[in-house]
Amino acid sequence: MLLLQVIVGGLLLGAIYALFSSGLTLIWGMMNFINFAHGEFVMLGMYVSLLVVVWLGGGPAAFGFTAAFSLFVLGVFVYLSLIRYVLRGPMLSQILSTFGLALLLRYTAFWIFSANFVSLPQTSLSGTLNVGGVLMPVPQLVAGVIAILLTIGLHLMLTRTKVGSQLLAVSEDRGAAMLMGIRPDRMQALAWGLSAGAAGIAGALMAIAYPWSPSVGETFGLTAFVVVALGGFGSVPGALLAGLIIGLIQALSAFWFGPIYKDIIVYALFVALLWLRPQGLMGKA
Amino acid sequence: MKIPSISPTILLAAALLIYPLVFSGAFYLDVGVTFLLAAISASAWNIVGGYAGQVSVGHAMFFGLGAYAPLLCYTLFQWAPIAGIPFGIVFSIALAVLIGIPTFRLTGHYFSMATIAVAELIRIYFGTWDLVGAAIGLQGPATARGWWDLTFRSELPYYYIFLAVLAVLLYLTFMIERRRFGYYLRAIKAGERAARSLGVPVQQTKIKALVLSAVFTSLAGSLYSVKTGFIDPESGFGILVSVQMVIIAALGGAGRLYGPLVGALILIPLQTATNTWFGGGGTGLTFILYGGIIVLIARYEPGGLFELWERIAPRRWRHKNAS
Repeated sequence: MLLLQVIVGGLLLGAIYALFSSGLTLIWGMMNFINFAHGEFVMLGMYVSLLVVVWLGGGPAAFGFTAAFSLFVLGVFVYLSLIRYVLRGPMLSQILSTFGLALLLRYTAFWIFSANFVSLPQTSLSGTLNVGGVLMPVPQLVAGVIAILLTIGLHLMLTRTKVGSQLLAVSEDRGAAMLMGIRPDRMQALAWGLSAGAAGIAGALMAIAYPWSPSVGETFGLTAFVVVALGGFGSVPGALLAGLIIGLIQALSAFWFGPIYKDIIVYALFVALLWLRPQGLMGKA
Repeated sequence: MKIPSISPTILLAAALLIYPLVFSGAFYLDVGVTFLLAAISASAWNIVGGYAGQVSVGHAMFFGLGAYAPLLCYTLFQWAPIAGIPFGIVFSIALAVLIGIPTFRLTGHYFSMATIAVAELIRIYFGTWDLVGAAIGLQGPATARGWWDLTFRSELPYYYIFLAVLAVLLYLTFMIERRRFGYYLRAIKAGERAARSLGVPVQQTKIKALVLSAVFTSLAGSLYSVKTGFIDPESGFGILVSVQMVIIAALGGAGRLYGPLVGALILIPLQTATNTWFGGGGTGLTFILYGGIIVLIARYEPGGLFELWERIAPRRWRHKNAS
């Protein structure tokens, strides 16, 4: 029964991994660009939630929306002011732009919020649910379920709506999309907004259920790389499946080998993937 | 391809040789040693990150392996720390091949992601591994048992040892620049497909560059730990170790012989100054500043200060001083 408990816990955390990783995979799939600051976006979403709760006394709906919206704006801003210019530049610029941004955000957060772990004050979401002997904390459960729904929602948006088709058109063939009257620059800015917004709301969901410090951004960023690599670069359903798998692997390795090994095993999996199956589970070969 | 004219090189060598004689205070000597070490590691990074255009953001893994090996040999077998240097190099080469083979088949992004993931993996693992002192780390001999322990009271001997290593590394890079291997590297950086279609053995060349870079980064790590007589996971494998190599090389000019030197010349005094002014709290500010500088380089001057100089300097100056 304890094992079942661990599995459920891992899947619920994995659902949040899936949500923010789908943001990363969207950018990768669309413009062959990897965002080293993605984990920092999640971290910012968590602090935005904290500020909304502490300063404005907002509930989960309020801080969830605020985190998503403010990170959406940040994502668009980062694209328009930085990414747009390095996208066609040398590899050095592409890597260093978001790598530098990650450092800037991470250490600014350290400076403002200190390195201490914080968590949200008790919200209306609390207590545990007993489902057939498996104890599920309500915050984790709500966060996990919403994360899965949002990831599916993002996938539906990309595949079923006009805007989604336009986004996919730009990722398939920028030039042809332009001839069809789509503005690639605007679509890419939107993609950055969606990507960062997904990270922001994932941060808000994470904040409901788990404590954090400014350094979580680095861990989440690397975890997102592994999820995206496992799921297949550019695939949102792949990210969903892989996020759940990674959450499960983390929980089980923490359970069997000790908490320190959960990240080690996931990073090692990344290297193994590059050797064995670089296109991931659902990626294009 | 411009070949550095002799005069600036001699001038630079002379300045570095007499620096400790002019500024003999312990503080200035320490800044000088830190400068040389930073220049060595950034020049090592430059081979794969600058010349080959394969941007590693986890070079701390080689630095850390190099740093741990001497002190581990001392702790386990009471050997002179320098006897551990070859082990650090061997492990670094193995790691370079392990990462290089799978990632160099893919686009450059995979290499960058893999380097940072592996560096973090090793850092976390060393923090729990009792053999290497876990989170506390390892210490070298407290007092020298003989000259071979390289434990000096003054930093002066380290200064000249580091200077010699830097000279060897720069000479090697200079030779690479002029040989076929250097042209291969620049061809790969300019366009991998084009390079391949012209018959450049892309995969093999990139791995060679990474291995060479790893060897010297590992050596830099060994020099660091032999000098300080102490190493822990953060000072060996921490992300900031990698960041420093990247920013120093990119600020001066990635893929330029003297780029890392120029970067270190600006950044090390800056870092020393912020640490002196703000005390321990300055470290955080330093890295905010680093992040900002990296973003600005990426956005406005990917060629670094060297290229900026070549663009804005008056023509008559350029001919005399450009290298």
